[in-house]
Amino acid sequence: MTIADMVRVLHAKVLCGEERLETKVHTACCSDLMSDVLAFVNEKTVLITGLTNAHVLRTADMLDLKCIVFARGKIPGEDILEQADEQGLVVMTTPETAFTACGLLYEAGLRGVPIEWPESEARL
Amino acid sequence: MSQTLLHAEYPVEAEDYTCAGEASADIKRKLKQLGVSSNVLRRVAVASYEVELNLVIHSEGGALTLEVTPEQVTLISRDRGPGIPNLELAMREGWSTASETARSLGFGAGMGLPNMKRNADTFAIDSTVGEGTTIEMGFRLA
Ligand SMILES: Nc1ncnc2c1ncn2[C@@H]1O[C@H](COP(=O)(O)OP(=O)(O)OP(=O)(O)O)[C@@H](O)[C@H]1O
Ligand SMILES: [Mg+2]
Repeated sequence: MTIADMVRVLHAKVLCGEERLETKVHTACCSDLMSDVLAFVNEKTVLITGLTNAHVLRTADMLDLKCIVFARGKIPGEDILEQADEQGLVVMTTPETAFTACGLLYEAGLRGVPIEWPESEARL
Repeated sequence: MSQTLLHAEYPVEAEDYTCAGEASADIKRKLKQLGVSSNVLRRVAVASYEVELNLVIHSEGGALTLEVTPEQVTLISRDRGPGIPNLELAMREGWSTASETARSLGFGAGMGLPNMKRNADTFAIDSTVGEGTTIEMGFRLA
């Protein structure tokens, strides 16, 4: 689906990156733990989170993420949104809880990131 | 000895949450300019962010060293203490002594060290309580 589809499904409000809504997303990850995000996510993944601090953006930057969804109506500060725009992110806020947001996206066909532990574990 | 393409040092302050991650962002930018493949770039970025945040969260301050040759990216983290009393425990997924401040920002999953080990081609950690911790990671380019 596209980010525009997500906006519709989540009854979300776009906070930045309005011009990038046609970007396709392949998978989603929901977490407030940045190390989990760093472990499981790839650049085609949407991040759904309740954290709105600068580290969420830095984590997104490390992974070249394209889209972040803030759950439960959270809205980050203006400085965070400016930074997000510079990074080329689409940022939206949904009134739904993280759980419901995930459920709605799953129902609409979006899936989690396949976990590649076994293969990467083999490199240890 | 192989020719050095890039060498950079980044001091990292303890508990400086405002700047935390800036060294890793710069490392990623520099490697991208060198034309490092996106797969390696991503693995270095993840490991670098984890190791940098550990310096901020757990150490008394230290530095990251980046070295690039045509064959390999090497990332070294050195700190001034306090050292890790039980390395086996520290390497375990889910083990964390992160402060409340760190947890409120989204850290403390106890996944950082396992993430580094998983993403690097070579990983070595050495720690002495009262002295400090050194982590050396290698990422093959060729
Ligand atoms: N440089 C360091 N100096 C002292 N202790 C450290 C250092 N790095 C890690 N540790 C110890 O090892 C533990 C595990 O580190 P790890 O990075 O795996 O998890 P974390 O930092 O607690 O959480 P996360 O990385 O998931 O946010 C830490 O909680 C801390 O006790
Ligand atoms: Mg850590």
